[in-house]
Amino acid sequence: MRPARVLLVGVPLAFLGAFFLWPLASILWTSLVPGGRFDAGAFGEVLTDGGLLGVAWFTLWQAALSTALTLAAALPAAYVFARYEFPGKRLLRAAATIPFVLPTVVVGTAFLALAGPNGALGIRLDGTVWAILAAHVFFNYAVVLRTVGGLWSHLDPRLEEAARSLGAGRWRTFTTVTLPLLRPAIAAAASIVFLFTFTSFGVVLVLGGAGVRTLEVEIYRQTTTLFDLPVAAVLALLQLAGVTAVLLAYSRYQERSAVEQSLRPAAETARRPRGAREWALVLGVLSSMALVLGLPPAVLLRRSLAPGGGWGLDFYRALGEAGRTAAQTVDAAAAVWNSLAFAAAAAAIALVIGLMSAAVVAAGRGRASRWFDALLMLPLGTSAVTIGFGFVVALDAPVDLRASVWLIPLAHALVAVPFVVRSVVPVMRSVRTRLREAAAVLGASPRRVWREIDLPIVSRAAAVGAGFAVAVSLGEFGATAFVARPDTPTMPVAIFRYLGRPGEANLGRAMAMSVILMAVTAAAIALVERFRAPGTGTF
Amino acid sequence: MLEVRDATIRFGGTAAVDGMSVTVADGEVLALLGPSGSGKTTLLRAVAGLQPLDAGAVRWDGEDLAPMPAHRRGFGLVFQDFALFPHLDVGRNVEFGLRMQGVEPAERHRRAAGALEQVELAGMERRRVTTLSGGQQQRVALARALAAGPRMLLLDEPLGSLDRALRERLTGDLRRVLARPGITALYVTHDQAEAFAVADRVAVVDRGAVVQQGTPQEVWRRPADEFVAGFLGFRTITDAVVAAGVADAGPFGSIPVPGTPDGPARLVIRPDALRLDPAGALEARVRAVTFQGSFSRLDVEVDGAAAVAHTRTPPEPGTTVRLRLDPDEVVALPAG
Amino acid sequence: MRRSAAFALAAALLAPALAAGPAAARDGAPGGVVRLLTHESFAVSDGVLDDFTAQTGYRVEILTGGDAGQIVNQAVLAAGNPVADVLFGVDTTFLSRALEGGVFEEYVSPRLGVVPEALRAGPMVTPIDVGDVCVNYDKAAFEAAPPPASLDDLTAPAYRDMLVVEHPGTSSPGLAFLLATISRYGEDGDYTWRDYWADLRANGVQVTQGWEEAYYGAFSGGSGGGDRPLVVSYASSPPAEVVYAAEPTDTAPTAVLTDGCFRQVEYAGILAGTPHRAGAEALIDFLLSPRFQEDVPLAMFVFPASTEAALPDVFVAHTAVPADPEQIDPAAVEANRARWIDEWADVVLGDPPGSSPVVPALAGAAAVLALAAGAWWLRRREG
Repeated sequence: MRPARVLLVGVPLAFLGAFFLWPLASILWTSLVPGGRFDAGAFGEVLTDGGLLGVAWFTLWQAALSTALTLAAALPAAYVFARYEFPGKRLLRAAATIPFVLPTVVVGTAFLALAGPNGALGIRLDGTVWAILAAHVFFNYAVVLRTVGGLWSHLDPRLEEAARSLGAGRWRTFTTVTLPLLRPAIAAAASIVFLFTFTSFGVVLVLGGAGVRTLEVEIYRQTTTLFDLPVAAVLALLQLAGVTAVLLAYSRYQERSAVEQSLRPAAETARRPRGAREWALVLGVLSSMALVLGLPPAVLLRRSLAPGGGWGLDFYRALGEAGRTAAQTVDAAAAVWNSLAFAAAAAAIALVIGLMSAAVVAAGRGRASRWFDALLMLPLGTSAVTIGFGFVVALDAPVDLRASVWLIPLAHALVAVPFVVRSVVPVMRSVRTRLREAAAVLGASPRRVWREIDLPIVSRAAAVGAGFAVAVSLGEFGATAFVARPDTPTMPVAIFRYLGRPGEANLGRAMAMSVILMAVTAAAIALVERFRAPGTGTF
Repeated sequence: MLEVRDATIRFGGTAAVDGMSVTVADGEVLALLGPSGSGKTTLLRAVAGLQPLDAGAVRWDGEDLAPMPAHRRGFGLVFQDFALFPHLDVGRNVEFGLRMQGVEPAERHRRAAGALEQVELAGMERRRVTTLSGGQQQRVALARALAAGPRMLLLDEPLGSLDRALRERLTGDLRRVLARPGITALYVTHDQAEAFAVADRVAVVDRGAVVQQGTPQEVWRRPADEFVAGFLGFRTITDAVVAAGVADAGPFGSIPVPGTPDGPARLVIRPDALRLDPAGALEARVRAVTFQGSFSRLDVEVDGAAAVAHTRTPPEPGTTVRLRLDPDEVVALPAG
Repeated sequence: MRRSAAFALAAALLAPALAAGPAAARDGAPGGVVRLLTHESFAVSDGVLDDFTAQTGYRVEILTGGDAGQIVNQAVLAAGNPVADVLFGVDTTFLSRALEGGVFEEYVSPRLGVVPEALRAGPMVTPIDVGDVCVNYDKAAFEAAPPPASLDDLTAPAYRDMLVVEHPGTSSPGLAFLLATISRYGEDGDYTWRDYWADLRANGVQVTQGWEEAYYGAFSGGSGGGDRPLVVSYASSPPAEVVYAAEPTDTAPTAVLTDGCFRQVEYAGILAGTPHRAGAEALIDFLLSPRFQEDVPLAMFVFPASTEAALPDVFVAHTAVPADPEQIDPAAVEANRARWIDEWADVVLGDPPGSSPVVPALAGAAAVLALAAGAWWLRRREG
């Protein structure tokens, strides 16, 4: 292998090794081989426990159903965003990412206000699987919108026009031309949504009621309440096996379905809707989107503005002052700042690791590449509880990182890297070999080709990935909830702390902080997406 | 000087290029002419360094290029589909090679402007490449290859994806550019008219090997074998027996073929060889008339043998005409 | 070249670690940093820890990590090579786990005398605060009818569909309430805690996974808009409602059912293997000092362990003090926790007689099939 390739493969592997594989292996070893003796009993215990097997089955099917529903809900919006130009599009796209970062506890309260006791919608979904499915659609809508929409906006509309001219109707054109070309992105989005919902934790805890458990919830329960580490480890392995199978199938599929295509600048593929029919389509999709994505945040906004049931900014002012007891639990401004700092660091790490990995995955063929690809995605589908405790067991040497403030962005990046890879690989795979060859013949070395051709062309996709990374970090995804960390509260932590004690002012502050989190998220993502590699024009 | 010696490239079991040898002298334009799938593009890619050789060698001024990666070879390549960088504007596309060489911005702009001027696109620097017409894209691709000052230009069907009128016009432009002193080029095409128009020499390629090399005139006048003759569009090929410089060509009568050894031979009768002449020796029945613009193509039957003739005064199909055969337009090939 | 790449890689990965390293090494010096590992609910007023620094020269660095169960588990996994120097926040329900895990090293504070004998739990840990988990009720809902007066009342038809509790497997107050019922009704006899919970179930008890969902989601008194007037929360929730009211007020909207409360003592201890023993001792002493103890009520809404600490008026006025709170020996909790939770789940969440698992199984199979069909269809389109 050439040095460049060694570096491209080596850096992501070292990152994953140090912050994922090693902690994971350590905690599994500690759990299953206590005192140097392998404990096989836990396997039997899990595999013969009908309740636990039921949990595994529920985990699987609710994830499958959530994925299907999310795709069905978000694909029309991906189309409208890719093909039509309308006022406020950029803002709306950034806003669509907001649900993604909201703490589940907060969304839970909003859902309860809508479809709980005395719910505004007049139906009761709390404690049912429907609440979980609805919340999963709500949280993951943006994944589909952005991942699929990203590629869609670059698809050459002339291909569809060609199909139309060959006598294919709208629907046939979609199924025979558009959908196959979008397949890489659809599969990418579906795999991410599946992983997220397969390892769903907060949503299930908050909305599922007491009787519903996923593997992740069960791992948490076995670990932190029952202290049954062997059973938790077996469940984590079970979860890991399911996730790995899905990932391998996915990357195999992805590799086969990738086609080189001439992508067009997004600006050239979108146009203003023409005629009543197209406007109706756009408005219809946007309003359904507003309904799905807008209602829960609207509830939060309303509550944040309703001290004592009226209207007012009291809760926001309360965030700014030092509390009536001296024990204001969190400095709100510091929380915003901490969140942004972690998000910037996590996004930077995720971009570097993710782009290197994407280059390897996009260029690769065969088994090794598939495993590498699956490995990259694995942190997304691995029990955050397990990883968190893995940090505690593993990261004490050579340098004690367990309680380092660095662990937070690193752990966020671990979850964010798959987003960068998933956003970038489809576009990178579609960069035509011809362009690279043309650059090479004009005197660009392989590294230069990467910098001059691949990077600028994928920069938009990379910006989408970075936006996700920012969101992942702002939303405190992954293992950081389960490790001790220096007292640098972020916005979600602050919300969590406000909600952790009684009192209307606390609920109000939590709501106000949630609204601020939403605003900061939308702004940060809109900012990140404006980024273009210098000198790359308008691609 | 470019020298390709016994180049062989295999894809799986089949050899796309099978022992091909060509040379391009400094300042010369060589056209690789052949049908699609004959291996000419593969050879071009090998010269560019985009495709490793399985056997043989590519040399420049005697130096083996095998260890030299594409980006160090200093060749300019124009792709059939142009491969313009969609994320860069016209100016930045054209400057790309200069930028790779580390040329100063001011100098870069100047030379890019010059290259664009050569292809008659002066002032188009800030245009987006995706908004250009096909012909403009082709010319940007050419300017991009030229601007870097390549020691040799490689063109892969550069006009292949353009419409006929544009192709004819651009053929002229290309010839003008390639005819400049000091430009060495390897030009891959399946279109003999293009090859003859731009090239100093033509190498006809079939199934991975060069079957004939020579000036356009030589190739046209004396196709080396039936494949070349067929590829050049000569459809009338007939068996003959040569004795003492005269071929007995059956229905076509006796035709002088001076210098041809005695024995069986194949005669290529060019369309121009058969002329409508009331006093002609051959009687032919007209089976079809195809209007081709400045002339009409006649598919005729001469005593049971099919032949093609060109004329400006087409008769009605089904009539019988008399033809005269011009022996100068007949080429004798060894039989077999 | 290969070697230099590997080196660059190692350097890149180690740089942040190295940056953090020297700082950690410096902590050993007297007057350095003491690290306190605690849960997310830990709170302390501004300036209190500054006073500690002023008195002793040590600066406190707080590490937070989830709930009590999580930090205890972390401490157990890192036993002997601790992340921090002092752990605060292990409560009655998790104490045995921590002790068995060898988390602490012995320390008996010279200030321990201020703590009542009943709260103490051996030489490894120091009691810092005491709180009671009790059923709270929404006063507004009981203006016409009386609120429940005992645990027994909760199974009465008058309080049907009114109570919301937390899952003991995922919630600390949920576990505490379960323990209260076990302490009250016992494991054996004519009417065990299982019978009590079966009656609660028959009376329409609702179960949520966490306190937030119960208090802010289901409870009608918690300003979240729920519809249940009875919730398992803390004896100190009413004063918090006053302190954290949106409009200044002197009356709490909620009150406490003082029967059947479970008493939780929160302990602190020195983590075994700490290199900063002196600082850790100083911090434990400080946690028992009047300065910290008097801050506890309004910072964390629990009673200070020290009998000498003065209580704030608002806290005294609105906090109910259960006369005879339930308690269970931590060792018994540790020995039976998993079994109790499992049995509880069977009684409260298990399939009611006559229900069948067919419907969810069918829905699941349909979902998986639908996804498989989608994948197949996409593949077919490949041509």
